[in-house]
Amino acid sequence: MKLELRDVRFRYPTGVVALDGVNLTIESGEALALVGENGAGKTTLVKLLNGLLRPTAGTVLVNGEETRRQTVAQLARFVGFVFQNPDDQLFARSVREEIAFGPHNLHLGEAEVRARVEQALDDVGLGAAIERHPYDLAVPERKLVALAAALAMHTPVLILDEPTIGQDAQGVERLGALVDRLQAEGRTLISITHDLDFCLMHFDRVAVMAGGHILADGPSPDVLRRVDLLRQAQVEPPELVQLAVGLGWATMVRTPEAFAAQLAEGRN
Amino acid sequence: MITVSGLRYHYPETDRPALDGIDLSIEAGELVGVVGANGAGKSTLCYALTGYIPHFFGGTMEGEVKAAGHDVRRTPVSQLAADVGLVFHNPFNQISGARYTVLEEVAFGLENLGVEPQAMRARALQALRATGLEDLAERSPFTLSGGEQQRLAIAAVMAMQPRVLVLDEPTSQLDPAGTRAAFEVLRGLARTRETTIVLTEHKLGWLAAFVDRLLVLHAGRLVADGPPRSVLAEAVDQPWGVGATQFTRAVQAARLRGLVAEGTMLPVTLEQALEVLR
Repeated sequence: MKLELRDVRFRYPTGVVALDGVNLTIESGEALALVGENGAGKTTLVKLLNGLLRPTAGTVLVNGEETRRQTVAQLARFVGFVFQNPDDQLFARSVREEIAFGPHNLHLGEAEVRARVEQALDDVGLGAAIERHPYDLAVPERKLVALAAALAMHTPVLILDEPTIGQDAQGVERLGALVDRLQAEGRTLISITHDLDFCLMHFDRVAVMAGGHILADGPSPDVLRRVDLLRQAQVEPPELVQLAVGLGWATMVRTPEAFAAQLAEGRN
Repeated sequence: MITVSGLRYHYPETDRPALDGIDLSIEAGELVGVVGANGAGKSTLCYALTGYIPHFFGGTMEGEVKAAGHDVRRTPVSQLAADVGLVFHNPFNQISGARYTVLEEVAFGLENLGVEPQAMRARALQALRATGLEDLAERSPFTLSGGEQQRLAIAAVMAMQPRVLVLDEPTSQLDPAGTRAAFEVLRGLARTRETTIVLTEHKLGWLAAFVDRLLVLHAGRLVADGPPRSVLAEAVDQPWGVGATQFTRAVQAARLRGLVAEGTMLPVTLEQALEVLR
């Protein structure tokens, strides 16, 4: 499902201009990471894509139609959204109920709902927590519940706001595997993240934002090697990029294994 | 400045101890990081060092915790607060809700310590300056972003000038610039004021660059304690779930291919990685 922003401006009622002329097209099946310092406009941009906000000027198209003409409920069938703070979205008394809520609203049969709930919990590694109360879980686990709730909707587009925050090493690894799999299934993924190591490994495309503008947009190895540009956007380059630059390499690698392979080649 | 001996702790109505036999000694002015998988006991240790365990959480505590000269079990939290500060994991939990502006919020803790109004304002402003919040002094705490609230939580505890400062994932909501600034503030406090600082953190690269000493918790036990590089290099081969920086992973992958000598200690930072690879 294609998403498009055409010359979009967004001004909050306080007068703050969060987006100042943004053009961005996200093709079906792409995995795009939005990076930039706090306040760069990333969250505003994604909230325009699921209709939580409407542009002050310009056009936002989801599936070829302006979001202005679609309700949030209509858009929710296309675009899943996982908030940075899970407590902004959790409300049910059990994890099962929380995740089943969305699929129930799609009027799916009981068996289908149950299958989706179990699959989604399995995907995030929380199968054992199905009967727990969401607020009995630690914050990082609540984040995974929120993610599972979005996954169970089977939306063609999924937006993740800082998915790796608070997750431990194993949690980050599991999220990475999930992102890779969703991508292989052809879903469109958009993630806001400060974790550029995660971004380099799992997202093929990166847009760097600063001051309501997109400073750079392209394949992640190309964008993330532009160290000066990243620093200008107050973004720390991925560690593998720092290493490659430190060694004077012209080629960028995306994984530690690729790094070792490249190193071996250089020494032959 | 901190001594922990034979600490075992069970939360109320749980079978498995959250902390299971911790012995630990930390000198004044040390900056110590604590890492481990979620559920390993990091937050629990933060609560135990600052008296929230057992005073607020109940449960069963065995052993002894001394911080800034106080036996935390025998000292009321109100009295501990002057010497031992805690920045909570979730900054939203820290804001008192009792004050209208960011400046008043920072001054709130000082009022409770009985600091003179003149000195109070100066200390609050200094803490806001150090955390980059000076321009927001007159805003309502509830209008701040997650990252700003987190810096406010740090400022509020900093202003109390505790001798022991414990922070539970203090940079989780901060971007890289904010994270760097927070670590610089903490290192400054440790160096210039001899504040003893213990912080939990998942961002291994930052820890490796800033802390003097790193502890690893695994299933409630202290399984490693030492300089960040040797601890994190060891962690790669252990089931602790600590993770590794990409510098470590890259050199580990190179070592597997025989490109780096077998006995080489894995690097943690960029500089260390370049030194190994050049």
